[in-house]
Amino acid sequence: MTIKKHVKLGLSALALSISLNSVAAEDPIKVGILHSLSGTMAISETVLKDTVEMLIEKQNAEGGVLGRELEAVVVDPASDWPLFAEKARELLAKEKVDVIFGNWTSVSRKSVLPVIEELNGLLFYPVQYEGEESSENVFYTGAAPNTQAIPAVNYLMNNIGVERWVLAGTDYVYPRTTNKILETYLMDQGVAKEDIMINYTPFGHSDWQNIVSDIKSFGSAGKKTAVVSTINGDANVPFYRELGNQGISASDIPVVAFSVGEQELSGIDTGPLVGHLAAWNYFMSVDNDANYDFIDQWIEYTGDEEAVTNDPMEAHYIGFNMWVEAVKKAGTTEVDAVKDAIIGVSVPNLTGGYSSMMPNHHITKPVLIGEIQDNGQFSVVWETSGLVAGDAWSDYLPGSRDMIADWRKPLFCGTFNVKTGKCGASAGEMAAEDAE
Amino acid sequence: MGIFRLLTLLLFALAMPIVANAQSEDRSEDPGQDLLVNLADAPASKVEDAIQTIVKSGDERARGWLEAYGNNRLSRVKDTGQVVIVLNNRGRDWEIADPLTGENMGEMSRRDLDRVAINNRIRGQLEGILAMLDLNAADPDVREASAQDMMGKVDASLVAPLEAQLEAEENAAVRDRIQAALAIYRVGEGDVEAVDVLAGSLHPRARAALNEAVRGGDPAMVTAAKNALASIEQKLKLNSAAETLYFGLSLGSVLVLAAIGLAITFGVMGVINMAHGELIMLGAYTTWGMQQLLPGQPGLALMLSIPAGFLVSATAGIIIERSVIQFLKGRPLETLLATFGISLILQQLVRTVISPQNRTVVTPDWMSGSVVINDALSLTLNRLYVLAFAMIVFFALMMIMRKTRLGLEVRAVTQNRAMARSMGIRATRVDIMTFALGSGVAGLAGVALSQLTNVGPNLGQNYIIDSFMVVVFGGVGNLWGTLIAGLSLGTINQLLEPWAGAVLAKIIVLVFIILFIQKRPKGLFPQKGRAAEG
Repeated sequence: MTIKKHVKLGLSALALSISLNSVAAEDPIKVGILHSLSGTMAISETVLKDTVEMLIEKQNAEGGVLGRELEAVVVDPASDWPLFAEKARELLAKEKVDVIFGNWTSVSRKSVLPVIEELNGLLFYPVQYEGEESSENVFYTGAAPNTQAIPAVNYLMNNIGVERWVLAGTDYVYPRTTNKILETYLMDQGVAKEDIMINYTPFGHSDWQNIVSDIKSFGSAGKKTAVVSTINGDANVPFYRELGNQGISASDIPVVAFSVGEQELSGIDTGPLVGHLAAWNYFMSVDNDANYDFIDQWIEYTGDEEAVTNDPMEAHYIGFNMWVEAVKKAGTTEVDAVKDAIIGVSVPNLTGGYSSMMPNHHITKPVLIGEIQDNGQFSVVWETSGLVAGDAWSDYLPGSRDMIADWRKPLFCGTFNVKTGKCGASAGEMAAEDAE
Repeated sequence: MGIFRLLTLLLFALAMPIVANAQSEDRSEDPGQDLLVNLADAPASKVEDAIQTIVKSGDERARGWLEAYGNNRLSRVKDTGQVVIVLNNRGRDWEIADPLTGENMGEMSRRDLDRVAINNRIRGQLEGILAMLDLNAADPDVREASAQDMMGKVDASLVAPLEAQLEAEENAAVRDRIQAALAIYRVGEGDVEAVDVLAGSLHPRARAALNEAVRGGDPAMVTAAKNALASIEQKLKLNSAAETLYFGLSLGSVLVLAAIGLAITFGVMGVINMAHGELIMLGAYTTWGMQQLLPGQPGLALMLSIPAGFLVSATAGIIIERSVIQFLKGRPLETLLATFGISLILQQLVRTVISPQNRTVVTPDWMSGSVVINDALSLTLNRLYVLAFAMIVFFALMMIMRKTRLGLEVRAVTQNRAMARSMGIRATRVDIMTFALGSGVAGLAGVALSQLTNVGPNLGQNYIIDSFMVVVFGGVGNLWGTLIAGLSLGTINQLLEPWAGAVLAKIIVLVFIILFIQKRPKGLFPQKGRAAEG
């Protein structure tokens, strides 16, 4: 063990010294990191900044990219949406970074979009989101509704036999759009309107007594009931506590969450939650050597034996490696060349397979359903048989049904309407318009 | 197949003294090994059979195995295929034990272990099987709880043993539960007479069974079930009214706790302290720190956190008062901005020093769960404690302000500073003490809130607006006003929530307060007399 470690250390030191010699000749490649380090979103985003820094460190130890060293440029948009746009501008115009890894909330992404498109940058966005978007300059490495929400609902319907649905979410764009998609999907599947209950709560909601009590009585109508939760971040802890206290166990009314990962669970005593579900493309508990290596690396990097990994971290892992591959393939960090080169690039993910970049700038991933365990981890109970490609435009919303995104020439469009045969406004233009 | 016979066999085995010869026995000869491997190897469709085989084997260790399996603690060693029980599955190395001998096998890397998969459906069945075993426990409370667990889980194979159990059972409460559990099954089978048993039951599964029956075809059944449901609805209405009231009082008590410290610093001293929320946060972090210091004793840590949280926040309050607020006396706008800055500094300090992540604060066992009044009405324990705690803090504070020398001096200084000073009261010292008191109470609120919500850097922000709202609504400078305002705002909020939704309810309450303040600018209980003009 120790000998192995020494050899490893020696090797990496050797690699480092070699790379230092060759690297010094040229300017470093600048990698921008646009994650909030203060304010409300710091809870989720700081680990992503650390992840990218760790990946950069590792890449440099392996000799950088194209013989050049990578250099992280970190800015703090402080959970302030307009500030995201300013910081993105600073990264692109002043720091002249070659690529940006960043954002968490959809509203911050929409704020950044016009800037990224105007200055022709590259953004890797690592979080599950509501879809209905595809920008020339953005790569979506998190899940779209069809790589998370729809398979989860299918699992509940087919494997658990759920007939009655509570769609509970925080009141903002991601839950509202996702629930709209799910509602249409469920009604297409023959679920009656009165068997769907939709509930929205404000950010950081902490008093769940009434809502949990409503869910309990909604669930006593004689049909198997499940809660599909798009409740965001902090509000989950008191929600789950209330569930436990009011005695709702997972075998009565299972809750499947789309925004609860290992990070969120590390703030809760998970004893009463055993058996509740979450749908992601990655779980820390995935039994796989690539994953275990990543965890070891992460624990070593943070120096915290209890540090957890989660789905958006894996998304950055995939996104970062895809970008590295694309730069190698293109032989340059020049944005347009990388954009073309990255489509079709395929890199290992942490669940034991390969993820590839699709022409719509979304990636392929497996969908996993996990049950919460008493150690704050998930155990995988179901997964899709193959990889699912992220869909930019949902098939279950009236306006978006006819839209496709394809960033290969000659189509080269993120909002192509197959019915009219026309290409609509770009994602950045739409975001700018919404903001006005 | 006679599952009852098998269960008695199993129980018989359980009753036998545990024979120690299992230790010396050769592994391959131990039938337990085959049973466990059989379970671990079973494909999803065969798991039930494998569980039944274990139950039928009558092995005295079966219960432990099934429990471990239900808790996700059964794993296989990848190399040897041996099935082990995981004692501790936190971190990268797991502590494991031999399921056959119970011997601790030390730690093993999680890379070398393969979890035996279980899901909710199987866990549900296991709960039924384990509950069936517990029906023979000596303690009637355990029997009642397991009979309760049987509700909705009875299937054809369990009917006969349950009936036999009913014969043997002497405790009335347990009998009622078993009868209800059987009735739920029978209603599902179309037995109209069973409906009567469920008529008064408030249990959600009983209601579920009746609702199902209403949807069924049999007209006699539909009428009977409808009548039974009508009688249940009547009872439910009453219970849900009581429940809403409790929810309201509980939310109200949280508001009172958060606001009461502010009622002192803002209400009595007139300092607009935007960092009040962060003083609450400090109290909550003290609870977390205390639990880190005393691992394994969350209850004791929580009790110690009450004085500790008070002291930490009071000290922080003194520092804030001495370093900033005393220089800004009589300049409310500057005070507001300066304390807002302090609040941001404190938040970021916690983020940098401790972590931007939320911290886990464990709820002690005696605070988890709920007091069950009946099947439809149960009062969650943690909120009940917080409600009581809020009342204690409130009345203690009341006593301090009314009956102690400090209280007298505080009132004197706030009513007429110059006069009080000329009477020999050290006004500066009183300022410090008052601010420390208000801050300390905020710390107490933090200790209580750590049991209800997230302990994270943003904790304070969520409560600062509500706190000001309560104090202003109640009438600045009046502690009673704060109590009444907090409780009534909580109740109004919870009354509105079921039909308006959480978002709209909050907005309506805010609009209501704005209109109320237009009409009565000094709040519910305005201060009267000369002090009010000063």
